Amino acid sequence: MVALAKKVDINNSIASLKQKVAMPYLLLLPGMLWLIVFFLSPILTLVSTSTKEPGLGFGEFIQTYRWANYTDALVNLQEQFIRSFVYALIATAIALAIAYPLAYAIAFKSGKWKNVLLVLVVAPFFCSFLLRTIAWRQILAQDGIVFKSLVTLHLISPDTRLTSSAFAVITGLAYNFLPFMTLPLYASLERIDPRTLEASGDLYANGIVTFRKVTVPLSMPGVVAGTLLTFIPAAGDFVNAQILGNPSTTMIGNVINAQYLQTANYPLAATLSFLLMLMILALVLVYIRKSGTEELV
Amino acid sequence: MSDASTSAKGDLKLNNISKSYGDFKAVDDLSLIIPEGSFFALLGPSGCGKTTTLRMIAGLEEPTSGSIFVGQTDITEMKPYKRPVNTVFQNYALFPHLTIFENIAFGLRRRGINDVEGAVNKVLDLVELPHLAQRKPTQLSGGQQQRIALARAIVNRPALLLLDEPLGALDLKLRRQMQIELKWIQKEVGLTFVHVTHDQEEAMTMADTIAVMNEGQIEQMGSPADLYDNPKTAFVANFLGQSNLIKGTISGNDGDSHIVDLFGQKISLQKNRSHAVDNSIYAGIRPEKFRISRLGTSTSGNILTGGHIEDVSYIGVSTQYQVEMPWGQELMVFEQNDDGVAPFSKGEEVNISWEPIFTFGLHGDEDANAGSEVNPDEDE
Repeated sequence: MVALAKKVDINNSIASLKQKVAMPYLLLLPGMLWLIVFFLSPILTLVSTSTKEPGLGFGEFIQTYRWANYTDALVNLQEQFIRSFVYALIATAIALAIAYPLAYAIAFKSGKWKNVLLVLVVAPFFCSFLLRTIAWRQILAQDGIVFKSLVTLHLISPDTRLTSSAFAVITGLAYNFLPFMTLPLYASLERIDPRTLEASGDLYANGIVTFRKVTVPLSMPGVVAGTLLTFIPAAGDFVNAQILGNPSTTMIGNVINAQYLQTANYPLAATLSFLLMLMILALVLVYIRKSGTEELV
Repeated sequence: MSDASTSAKGDLKLNNISKSYGDFKAVDDLSLIIPEGSFFALLGPSGCGKTTTLRMIAGLEEPTSGSIFVGQTDITEMKPYKRPVNTVFQNYALFPHLTIFENIAFGLRRRGINDVEGAVNKVLDLVELPHLAQRKPTQLSGGQQQRIALARAIVNRPALLLLDEPLGALDLKLRRQMQIELKWIQKEVGLTFVHVTHDQEEAMTMADTIAVMNEGQIEQMGSPADLYDNPKTAFVANFLGQSNLIKGTISGNDGDSHIVDLFGQKISLQKNRSHAVDNSIYAGIRPEKFRISRLGTSTSGNILTGGHIEDVSYIGVSTQYQVEMPWGQELMVFEQNDDGVAPFSKGEEVNISWEPIFTFGLHGDEDANAGSEVNPDEDE
């Protein structure tokens, strides 16, 4: 009887062990299915489209595995690629310069206004992205306050135009992605134990040294997250260049948009999309490696 | 660097310092001298102002009034990073992004000390954790982090080392061990330690001098033995250990002693151990000073008769009794289990006696429960 009971017991525990091993996979299943349907298969379709060649009719393409599509795209459109990354980089730097003091103030100095300020950071999302970008044309226009004050301050000549320029595109990018920079920065600054800052002061570091040696390194996870969340969508953006730019500020997003929707050159659009994705992925990997924040995240 | 962090030495003096937050006085006109090289404890319940006092010494809070001196140097207005003071913070506040080595080197590097490596290694040896130099703080246990926090502070050889509940987060066994170790390290390095704690046992184990704080003021200051044997206020009597306080009146004198009438029974109290201001008095006796005896056995010293055993708890080294006296008060008695006398049982009628030199006298207007409601294990 005892032996039997033991055996049943062992069987039960094996069953429960099996259940335990299977459980995580079961929990992963919905997510995996989602990824397969909406990520993996579109990517494969994208790659497969990218190696096709035009067929006889308009919008008709034949699979010829023409990998030279990639080198062609790189050679012909390197200017737009480089421009996209340069614009995104400058916009990210501007956003970081604006967001860091902002996030710092909200995290450490805002007191009871903290929640109000956080709502204000995301408040722009209540208004359409397109609308806000179009508004920048008004803000930078000849009769707008920015233009007039810059002219009054003799920083620009009255003949300059701020709209339809690289300046406008970069400004728009920095503005549109500012909340994505501010929120992760705020989150990581807010997490800093104020006692570590007190400890730094106690250990002979004045305010500036404490900021450099303690606050900044401890906020690095937020800096990395914020710059990625700004840089990645900015590099692939086409709305800002379309609304605020001119033909010489075309970014790679605009080319993809045009090739897909206007020229119906699906292989080129697919090639460019895939290239953009690979480049961003490579940049991000190098960046995360270099910043060495893995263990702080 | 030619600031006070290297030059100021000597006793720490707090002159009439106060700290108010709106109407609330966290620290109220507190004056104190802490001699150079001593191990000093500020002991009190949560919210008594001890941490505020420590933070004012560290420069993390500014006193509303009063001044703070180290030796001849006035540090009241000095920025924290210029003070000859280092702190071991309550939850250690180690820098999570730096290695243990760099955590300890932090203060040395800020001051531009030459042999950083030598100094850090020496202090790592002192706390017996040299093998952890390249780890990050999160990879260390609580006890190890505690020692690193201590090392990070003492490596700077400050005139004054402040410890804010440094052992609060450790478990009991580790806390005991660290108490002994801290005391040893203090002797070894010879720095002035100011230790803030709500744990009376911790303060008694480590400190040369204890200041018991209550409601922003110092209730009593002295050696652990002084405070325990001869408390001046009911708060000290109850907060440091346990006390039996029996209401009475001084009815006469006998040489160096008062004769005190406790509900009709006369006992004796040395005059120099009485802190009563008039004839109204509380006679205080620590529970382990009492002896219980069966009726008919002979006893000497102060005797109170007519007690009944109300409750018996056997706890190994001792037995704790609750004895109800004729006037309704329950007295606490701790008896060592070493005299071969059969334990007393519930309901038994007994007498209680003790040596007259153990009696202390408190002002009869005091609240006899002051300091006993606060839970000494409660965290701030």
